[in-house]
Amino acid sequence: MGKPELLVTPKTVDHINELLNAGADAFVIGEQQFGLRLAGEFTVSEVQEATELIHAANKKVYVAVNALFHNDRLDALDNYLKEMQKIGVDALIFGDPAVLVAVRELGITIPLHWNPETTATNWFQANYWAERGAKRAVLARELSLDEIIEIKENSKLEIEVQVHGMTCMFQSKRKLLGNYFLYRGEAMEIENRKENKKMFLHDKERKNKYPIYEDLNGTHIFSPNDMCLIDELTEFFEAGIDSLKFDGVLQTEDYITTVTNIYRQAIDAYFDQGEDAYENVKEELLEKIEEIQPPLRPLDTGFIFKETVY
Amino acid sequence: MLQLIQNDKIRETVNGKTVITKKPELLAPAGSLEKLKVAVHYGADAVFIGGQEFGLRSNAGNFSIEEMREGVEFAKRYGAVVYVTTNIFAHNENMAGLEEYLKAIEEVGVKGIIVADPLIIETCRKVAPKLEIHLSTQQSLSNWKAVKYWKQEGLHRVVLAREVGAEEMRKMKEEVDIEIEAFVHGAMCIAYSGRCVLSNHMTARDSNRGGCCQSCRWDYDLYENVDGEEKALFEDGDAPFAMSPKDLKLIESIPHMIELGIDSLKVEGRMKSIHYIATVISVYRKVIDAYCADPENFTIKKEWLEELDRCANRATASSFFEGEPSYKQQMFGFAPAQMKWDFAGLVLDYNEETQMVTLQQRNYFKKGDTIEFFGPEIESFKMEVGQIWNDKGKEIEVANHPLQIVTFKVDRPLFKNNMMRKENK
Repeated sequence: MGKPELLVTPKTVDHINELLNAGADAFVIGEQQFGLRLAGEFTVSEVQEATELIHAANKKVYVAVNALFHNDRLDALDNYLKEMQKIGVDALIFGDPAVLVAVRELGITIPLHWNPETTATNWFQANYWAERGAKRAVLARELSLDEIIEIKENSKLEIEVQVHGMTCMFQSKRKLLGNYFLYRGEAMEIENRKENKKMFLHDKERKNKYPIYEDLNGTHIFSPNDMCLIDELTEFFEAGIDSLKFDGVLQTEDYITTVTNIYRQAIDAYFDQGEDAYENVKEELLEKIEEIQPPLRPLDTGFIFKETVY
Repeated sequence: MLQLIQNDKIRETVNGKTVITKKPELLAPAGSLEKLKVAVHYGADAVFIGGQEFGLRSNAGNFSIEEMREGVEFAKRYGAVVYVTTNIFAHNENMAGLEEYLKAIEEVGVKGIIVADPLIIETCRKVAPKLEIHLSTQQSLSNWKAVKYWKQEGLHRVVLAREVGAEEMRKMKEEVDIEIEAFVHGAMCIAYSGRCVLSNHMTARDSNRGGCCQSCRWDYDLYENVDGEEKALFEDGDAPFAMSPKDLKLIESIPHMIELGIDSLKVEGRMKSIHYIATVISVYRKVIDAYCADPENFTIKKEWLEELDRCANRATASSFFEGEPSYKQQMFGFAPAQMKWDFAGLVLDYNEETQMVTLQQRNYFKKGDTIEFFGPEIESFKMEVGQIWNDKGKEIEVANHPLQIVTFKVDRPLFKNNMMRKENK
């Protein structure tokens, strides 16, 4: 059994160098016109630059084209896909079947990672998209550990699971922050609110704080906790999950780099020195993350051990 | 306002008079057998219902297979059809029983299923091939290339995302030959459907399996994180942050929808009352029929718009149909408004000779109240209630018992299943 890939989200081209040193195996980059909720914005020429850097280190680069597209972006999407083909990135991350149609029509040969966010919930779907060309499925964050393992056991493609960071819990096409300020007779542009990624909603009843921001794709609202599975990785390792993702959206470069290195240590301990080595070091690794955890971001384990009803 | 562009493919001129030959389906919600019958009786061409499994409204009154059979048979007598929502995104554990369920739905004569998960699409194709497959709005279908994808996959119809506007619909119709269904009336998700798990996080209920608890309709306070300190972005007296959309109402855009060639016009609301369904469906029926019969001389009647508002308890808006909705299409700091009119009674019988109506009481009313009758066979009219008798023939002043049978005099003809509503003062 090989090591799972450690997949991370750089904020800038320079940040990639640090993350390579910290032990990242693969990177998600892109720009908001095509990709959702990225840690950083990368223009096409920066994708080119990043790809050269990453490939020189024998690592992988994946470009996000997982927006929900409207007609007005389809032509730009075609051009973007052709650019990515020229650059030779290692995968395209998609959710909208429009990307599949475009890829077929344009003869794009880049491998596809299927990622519809909240709706990737069973193994049948994963195999369905595999039959239509996907090489990997990125599972919904709202699944339990048992569900994830059952999907891995029953699917014919690579499985990627988020193990650290914020998760998105809501996307609206509407400009909900801008609308709120306009309703109050103010404009978002004042005080740079338009680019502000530091706002959050306070839910008094649950005492939760939900980060919120707006971009070209509308309004995004995030989980009140940062998911952290650094001390719960054994079952993912045993199940052979192919890629462990740390989503660094709304985190600082330093935080992303440090946490990446901590996960590197966890994976290496298990696979280079054995299960006991990981068991011995995991509490310490968790403490290291707790030390640098931002004050308004409590850690939890997402839905891994939480049951939902309906 | 949008410009109305005539579509030559859907009209014909006979003896100098233009008529619309492609009339869209009017699709109504039905949370129960009674609601299904009301919807069909008041003019729906099709209804969508939920079964006891695989659907998204775990709180709606859902149909057993036997009730589906009865609903299908009733609809058939009026030339209407029934679709079943099976639009959850299944987890592994939900796969059991799906084949038997789809076969049973097919066997009772349901025309199609509304579905989002490829698991259910592919299973249906395999075990219940007579069922049409309609892609649910849960897939948030927002562009023509994605429509093309589902056409290539052999689907009969796609329901569009609520975020798709008129010009986008036009392009989809131009590029892909597939039936398109679009929402015209009712409450809307503010998120892209399927892309919201607020309920999962806030209440551990899975929104994509029917557990949505409408957390988006709650109030929140907006703050900014300034170097780890929480700074309020509101002052005392400011309305809290809210993301509740006004309800969709496209009654005045029905001519646009028809000219766009949209195949099915969908009214949302399986949880709504029979009064709501009767009112909304009858008004949309009138508008569709009037426009199709004579598009050149069509104007929307003020009475129709007033009638539609009688069952509204929330403000309404056009959502994305005419472009990106502004803050004016959301509700901030609002108190839920009361319905202007209440459903007060259902007509069981009318005796033309004695001019007496026999009515089942559905809400308190009394002698002297101003009431209104409406129904598919009549023009709506208002009157004052005179003397009332109960089912023992005893004179009463008030009808205050739920479902009690009463009679009183009405000097215009009424028909079974006409409805009576009472103004809220």
